[in-house]
Amino acid sequence: MDLKTRALTKSIWVFHVSAGSCNNCDIEILDCFTPRFDVERFGIQLVGSVRHADALLITGAMNRKAVPRMKKIYAQAPKPCVVVAVGQCALSQHMFRDSYNVGEPLDKILPVDLYVPGCPPKPEAIIAGIVKLVNKIRNKK
Amino acid sequence: MSHKVIVPIGPYHPLQEEPEFFQLYVEGEKVVDIDIIIGYGHRGIEKLSEGKHFDQVAFLVERICGICSSSHPYAYVLAVEDILGGEANVVPERALYIRTIIDELQRIHSHLLWLGLAGHFIGYNTVWMWAWKYREPVLDMFEMITGNRNNYAMFKVGGVRRDIKDEDIPILEKTLDELVPAVDMFRGAVMDDPVIKARLKGIGILTKEQAIDWCVVGPTARASGVNIDVRRDEPYGVFDRIDWNVIVEKDGDVFAKTIVRILELYESVSIIRQCLDKMPKGEIDADIKEVPPGEGIGRVEAPRGECFHYIKSDGTNRPIRHKIRAPSYMNVASNKVGAVGGTISDATITLAAVDPCYCCTERVAVIRKANNKKIMNGWDLIRLSQEKTNKLKEGLSNARDK
Amino acid sequence: MDNMRDKIKERLKDKILEWQDNSSKRIYFTLDKKDIFETVRFLFKDLGLRFSTASSIDTEKGFEILYHFSFDKAGEFYSVRVLIEDKKHPQIDSITPIFPGAEWIEREIWELLGINFIGHPNLKRLLLAEDWPEGDYPLRNKDEP
Repeated sequence: MDLKTRALTKSIWVFHVSAGSCNNCDIEILDCFTPRFDVERFGIQLVGSVRHADALLITGAMNRKAVPRMKKIYAQAPKPCVVVAVGQCALSQHMFRDSYNVGEPLDKILPVDLYVPGCPPKPEAIIAGIVKLVNKIRNKK
Repeated sequence: MSHKVIVPIGPYHPLQEEPEFFQLYVEGEKVVDIDIIIGYGHRGIEKLSEGKHFDQVAFLVERICGICSSSHPYAYVLAVEDILGGEANVVPERALYIRTIIDELQRIHSHLLWLGLAGHFIGYNTVWMWAWKYREPVLDMFEMITGNRNNYAMFKVGGVRRDIKDEDIPILEKTLDELVPAVDMFRGAVMDDPVIKARLKGIGILTKEQAIDWCVVGPTARASGVNIDVRRDEPYGVFDRIDWNVIVEKDGDVFAKTIVRILELYESVSIIRQCLDKMPKGEIDADIKEVPPGEGIGRVEAPRGECFHYIKSDGTNRPIRHKIRAPSYMNVASNKVGAVGGTISDATITLAAVDPCYCCTERVAVIRKANNKKIMNGWDLIRLSQEKTNKLKEGLSNARDK
Repeated sequence: MDNMRDKIKERLKDKILEWQDNSSKRIYFTLDKKDIFETVRFLFKDLGLRFSTASSIDTEKGFEILYHFSFDKAGEFYSVRVLIEDKKHPQIDSITPIFPGAEWIEREIWELLGINFIGHPNLKRLLLAEDWPEGDYPLRNKDEP
């Protein structure tokens, strides 16, 4: 594992993108930063610019209007950047699969490193997922 | 001689032309025009609804908006029950109480959520943390009653899916008791803090005439003196059997919208307490098997305003048309008059004051009108807003020290 | 409050093609589409009813639009029904010039069903993506093979 990736797992800066979500997952992601869960004590920070991001948290069912923006944001993220699919919509498009306004599922568009299921996933689930991912990256030598 | 490095606050990718949700056109510091571009959340739910049977639709509409998770299914089942003869004639009494309790718990969590975001936008991150901290016990209550913090799956045509157990009631009451001092604190903070007052008063004014012309609903309307509230105008659940007040302010600015939401928190606590007191034992589901042909309209007062559902049925087990109109649809459009004329540093809080989806407020761009060049994004705007608060704080403490 | 029903019936008289009292709080009445502008102006400006939304549906007889007006004091809905029989070039007068709150509602119907609103100040895409094909209206019933 290269130095950069190892450094990345010490303190992860996350950038959040919604590609047509109902907001539940987005709010639960924000919830992780509130006092009860307080992921900032693990060094996980929410950043306002994708240029500073180590991880992209993506929610939403891949709405046709939102996907081009999501792709551009991924392109701007400095690599290595892990992609985390948060919520059932980002995993499988959920019940919106047959809609006229959703395109392909996320993992056919971007390489996904972590899937966090749930509708919405509880903050505990999101944190557990990120911990699993961090351990996986650390153990890969 | 040292070289100055100028860090541009601007688009990181000069060719990025992705339309943001709100595009503010500015001349100097002033917002002169606004473009609102929606459709990022459009998932074709109305069309999907035609392919699902009546029981399944409730699960679908729950996910229209995560924050008003119970308003949409409630309005939907009311629309179907309208075809069946009306909620009061179809739904057992205990279920009416449970529906009301869920609806009001949702209002509490939604208003606290908004309070936190508003605090964050004007630079009071402590307000954000405290508001969301007090929101957690409310979500715990949802998990206790329904099994999930969000997306409650409680509403079905003819009743509710789950009961409130007797042993849960004292826990609910205790949570409400602990919530009131927190709301007192927020109210005190907003009413007494001169900086917050200065940040919110006179900002983003929507006059009563504008509120009527733009057909806005909910706290956005009530803050401008338009006295409408579905819970009183066309009562559903048990709102006509409980003592409660409609909160109306008249200034139409962001401060008024904040006050309306805070005072509504008290009302919600009182409504739930009365419901828990009066709720009778009994059935919770009328076990409806068929929906006859017809059309029905159902509406509830979601935290953001009137949530409207229209159902047309042809007697089969699926709707042939489902029209959904969320409250934010009307309120967000009114930003065309509410946000124009203000300054960029006030833009974030003005746009947020109508309480749109969080994602919507993430997606703002500021464009200099003269050359159509994008100069800042949403995060920059939030930072500007927070800086204005700091300057005000400094100004006030300097004035005090003199 | 039967007063409201009477006021509407009195003003519109024989413009009303059909009147349905579905329940005490749900009133539907049908008009010819040419009368929509004057009727809406009467309901909104004179009677002070609040415009809640407009729903539209593709039926065999044509495109039907329902304009839902709320009489808040009595908790009633007055829904105005119009039928646009010409499905090839469907159009109707826009009501946005009367009040701006109708702008997005009409845009949505135009976009998803393909009805042209004459006199609308801003008929452009609202919900669908820029590259969504022209002429493809998601809420229209696809012709049976």
